[in-house]
Amino acid sequence: MNTRGAATSSSAPEGSALTAPVIELRHVSLAFEEKQVLNDVSFHVTAGETLVLLGVTGSGKSVVLKLILGLLKPDSGQVLIDGQDLVPLSEIQLYPLRQRMGIVFQEGALFDSLSVYENVAYRLREEGAKDEAWIERRVREVLRFVEMEQALEKMPAELSGGMRRRVAIARAIINEPSIMLHDSPTAGLDPVTAHTINLLIAKLRDVQKVSSVVVTHRLADAVVLANFTYSVEKQGLVPVTTDGGAERRAPTQFLVLRDGTVYFWGSTDELTAAQDPYLRKFLV
Amino acid sequence: MIGALVANFAKRTVLAVQEFTFLLVSSLRHAFTRPRYLVDTLVQMDVIGFGSLPIVLLTGFFTGGVLALQTYRTLSTFGEVGLLGQVVALSMVRELGPVLTALMVAGRNSSGIASEIGSMLVSEQIDAMRALGTDPLRKLVTPRLFATLLTLPLLTVLSDFFGMLGGAVVSTSTARLSSAEYWTSAYQALYFEDVAQGLMKPFIFAVVVALVGCYFGLHTTGGTEGVGRSTTQAVVVACVLILILDFFFTKFLIAIGFF
Repeated sequence: MNTRGAATSSSAPEGSALTAPVIELRHVSLAFEEKQVLNDVSFHVTAGETLVLLGVTGSGKSVVLKLILGLLKPDSGQVLIDGQDLVPLSEIQLYPLRQRMGIVFQEGALFDSLSVYENVAYRLREEGAKDEAWIERRVREVLRFVEMEQALEKMPAELSGGMRRRVAIARAIINEPSIMLHDSPTAGLDPVTAHTINLLIAKLRDVQKVSSVVVTHRLADAVVLANFTYSVEKQGLVPVTTDGGAERRAPTQFLVLRDGTVYFWGSTDELTAAQDPYLRKFLV
Repeated sequence: MIGALVANFAKRTVLAVQEFTFLLVSSLRHAFTRPRYLVDTLVQMDVIGFGSLPIVLLTGFFTGGVLALQTYRTLSTFGEVGLLGQVVALSMVRELGPVLTALMVAGRNSSGIASEIGSMLVSEQIDAMRALGTDPLRKLVTPRLFATLLTLPLLTVLSDFFGMLGGAVVSTSTARLSSAEYWTSAYQALYFEDVAQGLMKPFIFAVVVALVGCYFGLHTTGGTEGVGRSTTQAVVVACVLILILDFFFTKFLIAIGFF
């Protein structure tokens, strides 16, 4: 059964903002040798929206992130960022588009041979920044945002899993991207550290107003992102209802992939109300 | 069934040659366009060049020494012990110096390069590099290639010298040859063609050492087990290629009348 809430591959789910999408996949298919990883996948993410990508292992979630970043090219279909199709672009032509995006890989993917400071400063140096004082100011600023300023001179091997994720977030946001991609940001972390990461993702969304795609296996994290918002006054997450009601709710959509196809695309309420047995497994 | 296996093997081999050629052309081309990672190149020169110095000098010294030991017995039956310097010098400079140096450097560095880049690949650091606007070939491959191109010929020269030194030690101690006799014989035996071919080969071998390591590193699959596999394959393929290319390059030089 193909349950799509109010969505089909060609129409937006109910409740999604009717603005031009910042990320859009149109009829994307991709196979690795004999295995069809994605099959006619279409969805979009509008400005300021968070899309939570759910699915079992091997359903193609991380592949979607890599397609959005242009690290992989689809066999067919289009991948549009702010209306521009990435597919025909060369690697060099993709760099300006990638400057608008930040990605946090599953294990952080910090560069082993560089310190935390050099990891976070990496993008600035690659873009030609020479003013060391300015670089240091920016690095400290983003490390402060993720509460890791004290680890400036540490090497990645000295950090815990949660600390590496936080530094990876700092590295991804240093050039103030408008789009953030998170690949299983809380995988392998204890609940307390997972909460810290979720708080940072919500903070980025609500304070920096970035559009996000969050890949996760854990519905609990997705529900937190959908039902809580970051309060600058309280320096923490607050339920959306206490923060002003529906108009203050962070727009969140859910996309469930199954065997490389879009199985569900809809809002939090539509997902939680779904009776489909496969979708209910995610809600348990 | 056998036909399908042969066809698959042929396809994989052609693909590998194609990708290796692309890697070579790209990494050479990157040296002529910005950005250039000069600091990374210097770091790699230290790792590959200076780091390989002890084993290269030891290899050279003992190769020269054992060569002198073995040929002394034969030469003494003809009463031509005075030719020891010539034999050691020609063997080291033309052949043993370049080949053994390249094999030692391949064993140490092709494996190191493959494991380093392979580990980066499986931990998504290569993807992170691309996401942050860096071309991994420009950042990782080109510095290693040029570092090896610059240092392997120098290591070869040092290996040649230490080989002749090893031969000198054996000649003076075992063969009772005078130092002057040995070194004069060694010096007079060497012509431009001998030195030239001995210095051309390291440039070819340098490409093999660096790019084979990079190729297997960038094609690592299967997690940490895959990194181990890539490391082993890099060393084996690099060593075999060095020996094969040495044979065909020497044959080519003879064919064109270089010497």
